[in-house]
Formats: sequence, structure tokens, C-alpha cells
Amino acid sequence: MTAASPIRIWDIPGGIHPQENKLQSLGHGIETPPLPRELIVPLQQHIGARAEPCVAVGDKVLKGQLIAEASGFVSCPLHAPTSGTVTAIGPAPYPHASGLEEWAIRIEADGEDRWCELDPISDFRALEPAALLDIIRASGISGLGGAGFPTAVKLKARPEQKIHTLIVNGTECEPYITADDSAMRYRAEQIVSGIEVLMHILRPEQVLIGIEDNKPEAIEAMRAAVGERPMQVVVFPTKYPSGGEKQLIQILTGKEVPSGGLPADLGMVCQNVGTLLAIHDAVVLGQPLIKRITTLTGDALSHPTNVEALIGTPIRELLTFAGLQPEKLYRLVMGGPMMGFTLQSMDAPIVKTTNCLLAGSKAELPPPPPAQPCIRCGLCAEACPASLLPQQLHFFALGKDYDQLKRQNLFDCIECGACSYVCPSSIPLVQYYRAAKSEIRALDLQQHKADHSRQRFEHRQERLQREAEQKERDRIARAEKAARLKAAKEAEAAKQADSDAAVPAADAPAPKAGGLTPEQKQLKIAAATAQMALKKAQKQLTANPDNADLQAQIPQLEQAAREAQEAFDKAQGEVSNQPAAPAPQAAGEDDAKKLKIEAAMLRAALKKAERAAGDNPSDQQQAEIAKLREQAEAAEARVPATAAAKKPVDETLKQAKLDLAMARAATRKTERALAESPDDADLQAQLATQQQALSAAEKALHEAENSSPIPPPERQRVDKKPVDEQLRELKTNLATTKADFKRAERELKDATEAGGDTAAAERELATRRAALDVAAKAFADYMASKETN
Amino acid sequence: MSMIITAIVVLLGLALIFGAVLGFAAVRFKVDGDPIVDQINNLLPQTQCGQCGHPGCRPYAEGIANGEPINKCPPGGESTIQALADLLDVEALPLDAEHGEEKPRMVAYIREAECIGCTKCIQACPVDAILGAAKQMHTVIVDECTGCDLCVEPCPVDCIDMLPLPTTPQNWKWDFPLPSSALIATDANRGAA
Amino acid sequence: MALVRMTSPHAKGSNHTQTIMLWVLGATLPGIAVLTWFYGFGTLINILYASAVALLVESLILAIRKRPIGFYLRDGSALVTAWLLALALPPYAPWWLTLIAVSFAIVFGKQLYGGLGQNPFNPAMLGYVVVLISFPVEMTSWPAWRGIEAVVPDVHATLGLLDGVSRIFLPVSGEIDGWTLATALDVVKTNNSLTMTELQATSPAFGQFAGYGWEWVNLAYLLGGLVLLYKRIYSWHAPVGMLAALAVMSLLFWNGSGSDSNGSPLFHLFSGATMLGAFFIITDPVSGATSKQGRLIFGAGVGILVYVIRAWGGYPDAVAFAVLLMNLAAPTIDYYSTPRTYGHSKAKRGMGKTD
Repeated sequence: MTAASPIRIWDIPGGIHPQENKLQSLGHGIETPPLPRELIVPLQQHIGARAEPCVAVGDKVLKGQLIAEASGFVSCPLHAPTSGTVTAIGPAPYPHASGLEEWAIRIEADGEDRWCELDPISDFRALEPAALLDIIRASGISGLGGAGFPTAVKLKARPEQKIHTLIVNGTECEPYITADDSAMRYRAEQIVSGIEVLMHILRPEQVLIGIEDNKPEAIEAMRAAVGERPMQVVVFPTKYPSGGEKQLIQILTGKEVPSGGLPADLGMVCQNVGTLLAIHDAVVLGQPLIKRITTLTGDALSHPTNVEALIGTPIRELLTFAGLQPEKLYRLVMGGPMMGFTLQSMDAPIVKTTNCLLAGSKAELPPPPPAQPCIRCGLCAEACPASLLPQQLHFFALGKDYDQLKRQNLFDCIECGACSYVCPSSIPLVQYYRAAKSEIRALDLQQHKADHSRQRFEHRQERLQREAEQKERDRIARAEKAARLKAAKEAEAAKQADSDAAVPAADAPAPKAGGLTPEQKQLKIAAATAQMALKKAQKQLTANPDNADLQAQIPQLEQAAREAQEAFDKAQGEVSNQPAAPAPQAAGEDDAKKLKIEAAMLRAALKKAERAAGDNPSDQQQAEIAKLREQAEAAEARVPATAAAKKPVDETLKQAKLDLAMARAATRKTERALAESPDDADLQAQLATQQQALSAAEKALHEAENSSPIPPPERQRVDKKPVDEQLRELKTNLATTKADFKRAERELKDATEAGGDTAAAERELATRRAALDVAAKAFADYMASKETN
Repeated sequence: MSMIITAIVVLLGLALIFGAVLGFAAVRFKVDGDPIVDQINNLLPQTQCGQCGHPGCRPYAEGIANGEPINKCPPGGESTIQALADLLDVEALPLDAEHGEEKPRMVAYIREAECIGCTKCIQACPVDAILGAAKQMHTVIVDECTGCDLCVEPCPVDCIDMLPLPTTPQNWKWDFPLPSSALIATDANRGAA
Repeated sequence: MALVRMTSPHAKGSNHTQTIMLWVLGATLPGIAVLTWFYGFGTLINILYASAVALLVESLILAIRKRPIGFYLRDGSALVTAWLLALALPPYAPWWLTLIAVSFAIVFGKQLYGGLGQNPFNPAMLGYVVVLISFPVEMTSWPAWRGIEAVVPDVHATLGLLDGVSRIFLPVSGEIDGWTLATALDVVKTNNSLTMTELQATSPAFGQFAGYGWEWVNLAYLLGGLVLLYKRIYSWHAPVGMLAALAVMSLLFWNGSGSDSNGSPLFHLFSGATMLGAFFIITDPVSGATSKQGRLIFGAGVGILVYVIRAWGGYPDAVAFAVLLMNLAAPTIDYYSTPRTYGHSKAKRGMGKTD
């Protein structure tokens, strides 16, 4: 296949022939503008997800260094266009029709323009296609023709499809733009090299380079660069919009990309010459995508030209380079006059897809006359390259009839603007279509969200329903158990006292599920609350055995609980014969455990009381102990004999554990006493011995554990955060000082009430407060220092 | 006379035949459509906000199926009223101001510094868009929030705000151009922008 | 200077609605010239008068509708309606007839539907049909042509300007003798005794191949239409559709040259308002079909209906009725003639699900 053999070309329907206006910017080749002071590199320069910055403010970066990573599948990394310092990462001016800001990395150039370490490939043919694709992706290459799709993703869009035709888009059909023309004229060799890289990756059967016939120099240059290679330079008549991907495919191959599909579905891939240039730079030179060729044109510029500009250069600087006359500037367009969008501010930077900046004067790009009504002349339908009926789309858009718009294939419109161009009534047709498309998309999204919300709501209702039913079932079960237990008790009571048998058991109404009267319910709740309070106090007592207040409280609580229970039972119509405070509410399967717990607690209480009483128990204490002993034994008796398999008890192990606990408790007590009176030598000595005992006990425990026949308990490894010893110490300190402070307060209160000498108490309080403040400050300082690290 | 009898017999016969055909067609070609309540419910915006006077969107859908006016839903706005009018073949009335006005989409935002963790808002949210637990801080999952407003009332420390969704370059859109008769004189020369 | 925000495209072609309208009017000039030559100044006077009436009536209606008058008058559509209506009406229609026709056309035919671009019916044809049905005598008073005295001594053509003005503005009701004659279409329709050749020989209404004088008018309109096609003011589909259908129908139903002949294709193509209709009436974009295929069908429908009414209907010429009937069908034609969009395998015809 030689380069000269003719290739058949087709024609696209419709199309227009606007004034080309390309000569203005072709007189100076490709110039290099001066290095800008500051560069703004937006994180979103292409279709897909925003890139994630991987530098921080204040970092020094080199030219070509990675500054943002691709996030997700459809995304591109970003590289620093020049060497300098990162000054900010945040919202910055962004080139968009809305004028809204977008996140960007600002770099202040240091003027040296120093490259980072590059990795050029001398022979790319030695690499695997996958490796080349990785290089392309890592170099941040996205389509430079206009849409900006990440190239690496585009090349792999349909992995199962074999690509048989590579189409190179050198068409540049839009008026004013000459960036691709200049690239082909002056960089033809590099472009062909880029094509060869792609050929190595895709291995297509044919390569077609499409160029319009209004670029004779570029055609010559490309033909010369191609030489004898298996690439075809295809020249076809100039028409707008032949440069669109779908239209170019139709011209060069006669095939149509299916609606909603990709060219890859046909086995074709289309790449812009600028992208190929970037691929060459990335693979052969190792340079990531940091610059592109942009056309600067328009009547408001005195020196229209093409420049190879760094991505992120503020537009103002480029236009100044091209001789901007601000008083003549009326409309600033990024892109060409047919598909470009207007910019409100010149502070925005250029991005990867900026192929042209058109600084138009009022005479050149006048405001359109006010729109007249549509006369259905049909010139728009004749111009449409997608064979749509723009007049129908217009009428349906006016009436907001979204169903008919979809039926008229609104989403096949490529927004080329040919219809608006020819409209005799100056109707802004493309704006109608854009607005309608975004409305339809927004409505679809809303509908989708509404469906989703509806599902969540329905699931939530179901869940609440389930929970309510479950509660209901549990309540019924509990009520039944209560009834059964009551029946059992009644049977007992009936056996005990025959006279009582006369009392109709029906008097104590077997509480049907929910058959309690409100007063009974109240009493039941009161009884339960009292029980809870008592249990809580008992638990606290086991934790703090020295707390005299608790010890005093418990009998009171027991009394209260007992009374409440009696009241409830009376209301139930039953004589309570359970004077014991912790009366088991209902017997049941898992009440065995409850009973055991109660028995254990009572035993503990008993032991506590005995210890508190010491060697000389007072009468009251003796009575207490006796009562507790009774209760403990009774509770023991209640525990069902068929106890669950008790854990095998190793006496030595148990003893070792107990010893350790006691040693620890003793040490702590001494430590606290020592804290109160640090100069007491006796206490110090005592502390020393106790610490020794503690370490001995620990050792004993370890030995016992190791030699124990019982397997060590399966510890559930909870990943606790590594304990910061210092923090723990500070916390403990804080807690103890707080406790001391509170005690001092109480003592003061007691002293004042007793009317005695408060001076000592006040002094005590002051000392304690000081200690507390010191501890608190130490703690706070520590926390603060931790945070700043 | 015989003519009359013949006529009657023939007409009766025809009536029977056609009736049979119609009856057969009604059974054989019956289309199992969605019950109308489901179709109406699918058009409603599912915020479950209660502004229509019903405790949720499905009860309102049932109400509409029973003949209630279709213009009581402010979050759905005009597009919902239009869709309902198309579905039910009734006239599209303007939104009933008594039930609220059409506002742009809002989402709830909890000022976390003030949240006390009472879970009252979690119980109020009809789509479980609030994340949190008792005595833990609560926060709104923005993607799930429908802007129904039901969480604002129960909060005892009034720490919930309703904020409009911000406009970003991703969700900004062009407006429809104004018709010529609506252009004011000073705009006339600036093109339909 | 603050930069403006505008939607793309930022370049504009040079088409304007006014330009299109003016070209259409300009293309009628050959026909007007021929008409004036043969029939006097009646048409010219009527054109001026009708235009004035149209602009006045439209201003009134726009004022009532509270729209900017200058903006809407400037698009020239009222002018075109009046002009075409004046061409369609008999050259010496009385002033009140023209007044009624034009007012009805502007008010009911265009403005009450919402103005330019919203009317389903061709306004000129609507006005024409209203007066045709209401005032049949005046509407069938076709004037005699230049040189008629040589053939029919009692009849005189009204060629002078003053004569024309007086006939229009000071009509004497009922006086149709002396200056009107039946047209060729009338003659053929009412004929049931003579053969075509005899008819052509005896009746003064016949010219070389169609009605005398009227054949030249039609040729002039054809010329104007071809100029418009060349300037691509509209596409060829509608006129070609109509003329082809008319030719085919008259070929099929020619019925020989006996007394019950319906007339040759050439006869039909160049008689009456055929060419005016083909190039100026059915190409009205607002009321016609939208897509190219649709226009072909629209034109063909008009041609068929014209022939049907001419041959078997109650009126000698039928372009107005045919156009109105096809205007009714235009939306349906649009729905069923959508072109196939790029990327789709076939076109989506019809309206789609309606519920």
C-alpha cells in the first residue's frame, strides 16, 4: 500500500462552509511564549474523575514531576509544567462557560525550568503494548482534540474488539483554529513517530490520516514524513463539521458509529494529531504531557499566532504575548467560533483541551440579532450532519416535551452549531438542545434518586415492622413465662396452705400477655427500677470495696427494692414470701445463669461485709453478716444443680490469680496513702515490700498458667491501640487527684455542717485543688503536643 | 310481521356474536398493567415529607387514585404535576400554594459541634439518611438525603440546617433561551444568552 | 469592557428571514409583469392595496396582543401573504373583497394562531377560500385579456390605469359583462359536446397549449420559481412533487381528446394557478411539511387533489382547496417521514407511545 494510491471517500449529509479565517494565525510558525510567573493546573481537565494531588503546599517540584495521581479508571495524572513551588491547592479560576471555580494546584515558577529525571525509550518496539499503555497513562495523556478523554482508557475501551483501522484526525474543520495545521507542518516527523507507537500497540490493518484540502502545506509535510510507511494520507473536501470523530469515520470509511456506541465497536480508533505528538513525547522523549500547541487569534490581537504553551498558563499571559488590545476585546472564546465557549475572566488557565483562544472584537463576533420565530424553512435540517430535524427538536424543546425529544434522537446531536449558523431567524438552537439535554439528564437523575429513596423508605418500614413484631413476640413470651411462674408459685402456695388453696388462683390473674392493669404496671416498673439500682450499687461495691458510702447505701436500696416488690406482689394478689432483696423475677432456662450470678454476688457481699467488719464486728455488722450469709446460702440453694459444664478449676492457678489481685490492691492502697503523705518512711518501706510481693505474685501467676492443665482462655484479640504509658499515667494521675479533690470537698461540707473547724478542711481542699490543676494541665499539655505532631 | 321477527332475530344473533367476541378478547388479550397506585407512586419524588397532608408518598398516591387533586406536592414541583396529569389524563393544575412552594433541592446539614446524640432525628428520617447512634455524633449522608425537612423539628438543640446543593462546574447547566417577546429592551441586542 | 457570556456558535451565516421573503416576492415579478401586460394594472393596484391593508391589520392585531410592532412587521411575512393573495385573486376584485380576504388571512390565518411560524394553514389560501365561498360571482369574474376585441368584439380588456382603479374601488355590483370571460379551465369543465380540437379552435379562451394569456403567466411563474430554486431559498421537493403528481394524474386520466376529455398534462400544468401554487404557495415553509421526504409527499398530495377537484369536483380550479387539505395532513406527514439519524439502523416513524 503506497501513500499515493487513492482511497475512496464518502460525503457526510448536511454541513456548512463558513468563512475559514485561518490565514491570520499561520504567519509565525509555532512560537514559544515566555515562562509565566504562576501556573494554575486544574485537577479536572478531562472527562472522568478529578485527579488527587500528591504534593503539599510549599513543596518544590521539578518540571514534569507528578503532582496529582489518577483516581479511578477514567482519570489522568497531572505533572508540573515547570519547576517551582506549590503555593496553593484549592479552588482557582477555571475555564468553563459558567465561570465557576474548580480545584487546582498553583505553582509559582522559579524561572529555571528544570526537568525532573526523564526516562526516554530508545526502542519502543521492544516493549509490550501493555507497558506502552502504562507509559501513556502515567504521562497524563488525554485527547487533545476537544473532548479530552483519557487516551489510555480510550485505547482499551473495548478490550474484546480487535482494532483494524487507526484514523488520525488532522482535519481541523473549525474556522480560525490552526493548531493542528501548524503541528502537521512543523512536527510531522514526531506525529508519524507517535502513529508508529500506536501501530505497535494496536496493530491495525490500515492507518488513515484524514486532512482537509484547505491545508496543502500540511498535506505535503505529512506525506513527506510518512514516506513509504503503511499509512495513508487521505485528502477530502473542506466542510464543517468533517472533523468530528463520527463524521470523519463516515467520510473515510462510509460506516456509522452506532448511536450510544463507540468507534471501537466498529473496530476503529480515532486520535487527534496533537495527541499523537504527545504520545511521541511521552514514549520517545520520556516527557509527560505538560504543553500543547494552541492557536491565539482574533481581531483584538495584534500578533495572532500559534504557540507551544505550558498547560496551566494563565490566558491573560498568552494573550498579552499575542498582543492583546483590551479595548477591542468583546468576546473571549476558548475553542473555535462554532463550538467554543465564552470565558468571563482572563485569569483562568489553559487546560489540556485548549486548542484555540479567540479574542474577538465586536465587529468580528457581533451579538446575534434577537431571535425571530421559527418559520420551519428546513435549512437547519439540510445542514445537520447527523440527519436530525432541528426544527422539530426546537419546537419540542420550547414545549419541554422530553419524551418526544428523546424520540427525535436529541442525544445524537453533536452540538456542532451548523443548524444555528444557517438559521434565518437567528434562533440559538444549540442552546435549546444543551438546556434540554441537561434538563433530561437532571430529571433522569432525580427519578433514579426518587426510586432509590423509595426503596430505602420501604426497607425501613419493613425493618420497623419486623422490630415491632419481634418486640411483640418477646413480650408475649415473657408474659407467658411470668404466667407460668406465677402458676407454679401459686401451686406451691396452695400446697403450703390449704386454706390458701381456697383463694382462687384466678385471683392472681395469670397475667395474660399484656394483662396487667396500669397500676400494676407502675408498681412492676418501680420494683424493677429499685432492683436495678440495688444491683448497680452492688456492682459498684465490688469494684470499690472501700467506699463506705456505698456500703451504707446498699441496705437502704435493699429495703426499697423489697418494699417495691411487695407492693407489686400485693397488687398482683399474692403474698410475697421472698424477703430477700434480689428476688429472682422469673425462673427460666437462662435464669440458671442469673441465679448463679446472684449467688456469687451475695457471696461476695458476704465476704466484703466480713472483711469490713474486721476482727471486732459491731452488733449491727454482725446482724448484717448473718443476714447476708442466709441470703447467700439461699441463693446457692436456688442455683439449679444441673449447672452448665463448669470450667475446670485449677486451684493453684486460682490461688495465684487471687494472690496477684490482692497484692496489686494492697500496693495501690499504699501508693495512694503515700501520695497523701509522701514523707512517711514507714509507708515507703511498706510500699517497697508490697511491690516486691506484687512482682513475686506475677511470677507465680505466670508459672501457674504455664503449668496449668487448663488451656489458656481463648482471648479474643481486640486490637487495642498501643497504650501510651505516659498518657495512661497522666490520666490516672488526673483521676486520682480529681477523686481526692472531691473527697476534700465533701469533708469540707461535712465540717461546715458539723460546725467545727473548717480551716483544716479548707486548707486540705486548697491543696487538693492545686494538685488537680497541675495534673489537668499536664494532661492537657500532653494531649496538645500529641495533636500537633 | 315476519320481517320484524327476522330483523329482531338477526340483530340478536349479531349482538350475541359480537358480545362473545368482545368478551373473549377482553379475557384473552388482557394487559396486566401496573395497578394505578404504583404508577402514581413511581412519579412522586419519594421525599416522604408530609407536605401534601399525607404521611408519606404512597398514602398520597392512594389518595390521588381516589380522586384527590394532583397539585399538592411541592418537592415534585411542576414536572411531577405534568407527569401525573399525563398519566391520569386530567388537567395540570398549578401547585397548590397551601401546601408549600417549589424550592430548589435542599439537603440537611447537622452542625456536629452542637449535636448531643439523642437519635431523635434518626428516628424521624424516612430514608435512614442520618448516621449515628445513641450518645454518638450524628451526621447526614448527603447522597441519601431527600430534603424532606422531617428531621429539623425533632432536634432538641436545633442543630440541623437545610442548605441548598452547591453548584459546581459539573452540575451547572445552560438556561433555556428566553422567547423574543420576553426579552426586555436592553437585552435585545445581547443575543439570547 | 466586561466579557460577555454567550452560547456557541459565535459565527453566523448570512441567512435572514427578510432576505428569504424578499427573494420570494422578487421572483413573482416576471409573473406580475406578464399579468400587467395581458390584463392591465389591476394586479399591481391590488398588490399595493392588499399590502397596505395587511400591514395595517397586522399592526392592529399586534397592538392588541401587546407585542413589539416594529420587530414583527419587519420580518415581511405579512407582506408576502398579501402579495400572494393579491396574485391569486382575480385582477379586478373589488376593494371590499380584497379587504375581507386579506384581513381574514392575517387575523384568523396567522395572528390568532400565535403569529409567524405557528399557523397550521396557509394564510393566503385561507383568505382566498373564504371569499371564494362567500362571493362566488366576484371570484369567478376573470377579466378579458389584451386583444380580446379582435376575437370577441363585445368584450373589452381593462388595460388603463384609471380604468383599473375605478373597477376596483368603484365597482358596480353585478356588472360582469363586457369585461370578463370564462377561462380555459371553465370551458373544459363545462364542455360535454365538443372535442378538444374543436374546443380549441372555437373558444377564444385557448392559447397555444393552455389558456390564452394564462399560459404565459404560468410560464413566468415557472421562471421565477426556478430562480428561487437556484438561490436555494427552498428545496426542490415540494414543487417537483406537485407538478409531477399533476402530470401523472392528468396522463392517467386524460381520457383522450373527446368531449369528455379532462385535458392534456400540458394543459393542466400551465392553466390556472398551477405554477403559482407550485412555486409560491406550497413552498410556504410554515404550513408545509418539514423534512425533504415529507415535502415530496406533501407536494404530490396537492397535485393529486388539484386534479381530482378539477376533473370531478365542483370547482374549475382547485389549488386553494388542495393546499388547505394537505395543510391538515402536514403534521402527520412529518411524523411519518422523519429521516434516519446517524448511527441508527432505521428511522423512527410515527408518534411513538402516546401514554
